[in-house]
Amino acid sequence: MSHKAHIPIGPYHPLQEEPEFYKLVVEGEKVVDVDVRIGWNHRGIEKLSEAKTFDQSIFIVERICGICSSSHPITCVQALEDLGGIKVPDRALYIRSIVQELERLHSHMLWAGLAGHFLGYNTVFMWGWKYREPICDIMETVTGNRQNYAMLKVGGVRRDIEKEHVPYILTRLDEFTRHLDMLRGAVLDDPVLHARLKGVGVLTKERAIDYAALGPTARASGVDIDVRRDHPYAAYDRVKWKVITQPEGDVFAKMVVRIMEMYESVSIIRQCLDKMPAGPIDSNPKDIPPGEGIGQAEAPRGECFHYIKSDGSNSPVRHKVRAPTYMNFPTFRETVIGQTVSDATIILAAIDPCYCCTERMLIVDKDDKDLFDIQELIRLSQEKTLKLKEKMGFK
Amino acid sequence: MGFKEKVLSKSIYAFHLSSGSCNNCDIEFLDTLTPRYDLERFGIIMVGSVKHADVLICTGSTNRLCVPRIKKLYEMMPKPGFVVAWGACGSSRGVFKDSYNTGAPLDEIVPVDVYIPGCPPKPEAIIAGMKKLVDKITVKK
Repeated sequence: MSHKAHIPIGPYHPLQEEPEFYKLVVEGEKVVDVDVRIGWNHRGIEKLSEAKTFDQSIFIVERICGICSSSHPITCVQALEDLGGIKVPDRALYIRSIVQELERLHSHMLWAGLAGHFLGYNTVFMWGWKYREPICDIMETVTGNRQNYAMLKVGGVRRDIEKEHVPYILTRLDEFTRHLDMLRGAVLDDPVLHARLKGVGVLTKERAIDYAALGPTARASGVDIDVRRDHPYAAYDRVKWKVITQPEGDVFAKMVVRIMEMYESVSIIRQCLDKMPAGPIDSNPKDIPPGEGIGQAEAPRGECFHYIKSDGSNSPVRHKVRAPTYMNFPTFRETVIGQTVSDATIILAAIDPCYCCTERMLIVDKDDKDLFDIQELIRLSQEKTLKLKEKMGFK
Repeated sequence: MGFKEKVLSKSIYAFHLSSGSCNNCDIEFLDTLTPRYDLERFGIIMVGSVKHADVLICTGSTNRLCVPRIKKLYEMMPKPGFVVAWGACGSSRGVFKDSYNTGAPLDEIVPVDVYIPGCPPKPEAIIAGMKKLVDKITVKK
């Protein structure tokens, strides 16, 4: 009879910033099952939001997740605008698109860095985080903060992009694109990465649809969905860009999708800065009528969805949030079963899980005897790359 | 200042603990370890186990699930050990103060040595905070 060992990952994991817990069941090297417990990051955001005024709840949802700190507010204000039938000035729409795309750039770059670390390419980790800095600088110039931008408000945006800032943004974007070209060359043409990631953690198109996967996870499996194109918001219907899809569904395809999306984002920002009309940035709505509203936006990880119900008072009666990782997470089980333990970390990283968005919970099984910790898993993953390199004649 | 503190202040090993944060403080912490800000030039590095750590860096709003674990991790940390409350949530529970799932404030769970406020603190503020921690350690009797 084969021996099944349980590998707990988390909840406190030295690299992944958030507390999370999942249990891998392995037979030798092979993963046969995985269990996920959620709630570690549960902060009761929905309930908190119901105790705040509409203006304050935008700040609360901004703190659902640090990486998506413009996706959640934009979804929330769109739900409120849908509810009240509020018009938004054109200039504000363009500014919203710019902030959204800047966020996507920094999120995807951050992901590329973390994926590099999991594979034993610590240089990519350092590069990814270093090349993300121009984007943080632009954010600081435009919004006043590196993270948590507080840019969105119902009926518009809080701050304008000044004319003097535009040349600065363009120069920093040039710098970013130069680094991105280099990173793309280094990552996508690397034969070791091809050998390591191709055919690993495959999510077929049918299964991606069954699991209702979203964002880059779905697009890498050939599902052509993108909220920015399917239900245009902000200024996405006024600029030219394309949705990147890859048919393979493996980890490599997810990497390609994210890297190519960064180019699209840069192009969207440039077009928005070019086309941005002059005018007011805020329509100053006075109150929110009773009713229901929904908002959708394409966060870096997929579709983000908010539902708000109002009874005509100054705070929401119900505020429901669905973050993209909630839909993407079950695909991890689908893709990891049958793979080796050393691939488990990168397959998980490939969906770019955001636990803050999803809010998770933990029960530790005290009977587990065979324990690996995450350091061990990362070491296994890094060793596999090293072995591959040796086999392929790299030093 | 004892011998242990003197040695410790030269190379601080930090363990990062996220107790229900929004991720921003954690991103900024990793950011300070990467080339632009590079905390390592001050001898500060992140370690994977609290048993190797001198400093417990605690971010987030101290979720109910995390409170017993923060206590346990503090007990597991070799002494002399120090605690840094990181960000608005670590210092005062921030916007999550009224939430039903927020436990006690961090400084009621473990003794806190340095507070770094901000939502999230900027990398420069983080470096200044770590400098203050070193100052605090070195002037201790």
